[in-house]
Amino acid sequence: MTDPILSVRGLQKRYGAFIGCTDVSFDVWPGEVVAIVGESGSGKTTLLNCISGRLERSAGEIRYRMRDGRFPDLGDLSEAERRFLMRTDWGFVHQNPADGLRMRVSAGANVGERLMAVGERHYGDIRRTAGDWLSRVEIAAERIDDQPIAFSGGMRQRLQIARNLVTHPRLIFMDEPTGGLDVSVQARVLDLLRGLVTDLSLAVVIVTHDLAVARLLSQRMIVMKGGHIVEAGLTDRVLDDPRHAYTQLLVASIPES
Amino acid sequence: MTLPAYNFAYLDEQTKRMIRRAILKGIAIPGYQVPFASREMPMPYGWGTGGVQVTAAILGPDDVLKVIDQGADDTTNAVSIRAFFAKTANVATTTKTAEATIIQTRHRIPEERLQAHQTIVFQVPIPEPLRFLEPRETETRVMHGLEEYGLVHVKLYEDIAQHGHIATTYAYPVKVEGRYVMDPSPIPKFDNPKLDRSPALQLFGAGREKRIYALPPFTQVTSLDFEDHPFTVQTFSRPCALCNATGVYMDEVVTDDRGGRMFVCSDTDHCETRQLHGHTGPGLPQLGEHASTEQETTR
Repeated sequence: MTDPILSVRGLQKRYGAFIGCTDVSFDVWPGEVVAIVGESGSGKTTLLNCISGRLERSAGEIRYRMRDGRFPDLGDLSEAERRFLMRTDWGFVHQNPADGLRMRVSAGANVGERLMAVGERHYGDIRRTAGDWLSRVEIAAERIDDQPIAFSGGMRQRLQIARNLVTHPRLIFMDEPTGGLDVSVQARVLDLLRGLVTDLSLAVVIVTHDLAVARLLSQRMIVMKGGHIVEAGLTDRVLDDPRHAYTQLLVASIPES
Repeated sequence: MTLPAYNFAYLDEQTKRMIRRAILKGIAIPGYQVPFASREMPMPYGWGTGGVQVTAAILGPDDVLKVIDQGADDTTNAVSIRAFFAKTANVATTTKTAEATIIQTRHRIPEERLQAHQTIVFQVPIPEPLRFLEPRETETRVMHGLEEYGLVHVKLYEDIAQHGHIATTYAYPVKVEGRYVMDPSPIPKFDNPKLDRSPALQLFGAGREKRIYALPPFTQVTSLDFEDHPFTVQTFSRPCALCNATGVYMDEVVTDDRGGRMFVCSDTDHCETRQLHGHTGPGLPQLGEHASTEQETTR
């Protein structure tokens, strides 16, 4: 646990003259959940897209610890390596499951796609693995041949999670994974995520505007405003003893229960 | 001064050079789709404009041309294209597979094994095997470039999940020399094994989509499948009603409005040659006889 799995230094993303995020530096260690919180437009999704290679950065360094111990900058990898990383070592859970799933392809094939992409060619094995993962995300086995279009929002989100985890990735990016779900479904998805993250000791970078989600899932958090990191630290410390004025405002805006 | 109304084989020489360059590149990279500047031809898209341009580019005065459509020499598409080249290039035409040096085809490969001196030209409607899985051309090109072909197996997986077997029966995706995944054009999967290590040069032209690709002689062509669901071809439980042939691809012909039907060779030349040699089949079915004989078996 001494070496970080992901290291970001001086990251900047500009949209012309406008700044998406700037001067962002942080590390993620294996098995750790880091939450990025902030209001809409604070640059948190831009940051996530940059570090997950879905968006070209303007400046800065993003290094990732490969399975063989190398620690290259993502910009130095070939496109083939980067894309291979994305479908094996990484996962990306979208806010809208339709962005991360093939809606017109059965649930089993959705989960199996990554296996087939890395060369698995035995139908029975693929189907068995897909079935296992569906049960791990609490989707009934008899739904394996149904298309996600016939699934509820919560089921789709759980299917998307299974699809990402099937290749045993080490790092997962999540963009508001519970954003579009109602409260009880949110709780179930969060519960599931927490279990899986611990069981598989995944490193997770999760973007959310919901401080409750951050408190429940993350060990550390980063607070962003106007494209800058305004505060970073252990989740409990940031939420219980916020130092920056903006964080204090954010924490104070949680309704008392 | 009398100028000819058109050049030999319709296309001008510059266009033919451009198409030949695309063909040569295609031969150099088997299975790779080479873009080319497809021309307007005097026929609608979907009628073989790609195949016709390829044929026009390789045709010489000494060539003997055969054109087939769904295996038959006497259908509209085959007759018109044959007449087109007889008129514009004044080349000899034939319906005999063995006599032809160039065979342009739509949807079939002749039953008779092709020889080294022959070239077969396929008419291709949609050259991109990944098209229905991934609509973006930019993305499919990257997928070909990086050999990301998992998606093709997703399609085959879906077939098995829904039908219990791989239900794709035509345009069945193949892998060329272990590298490019290629659409063999809408030939029945029955013909896929004929693509493998064929001694004849095989060229594919897609006019509307502006792509040419090729299989040089003796190229390894493998039909994609799963280890536990291996590739199989269609089999027919009865012989051809006209020539008694077995192990050939058949057409179903409805003979009356009471359910009468018979199965005959789809390759008309193959069937006629056999009949000439004295083979006869059971002939027309009895009225009302149900003879639905096509079935899928695992070899």
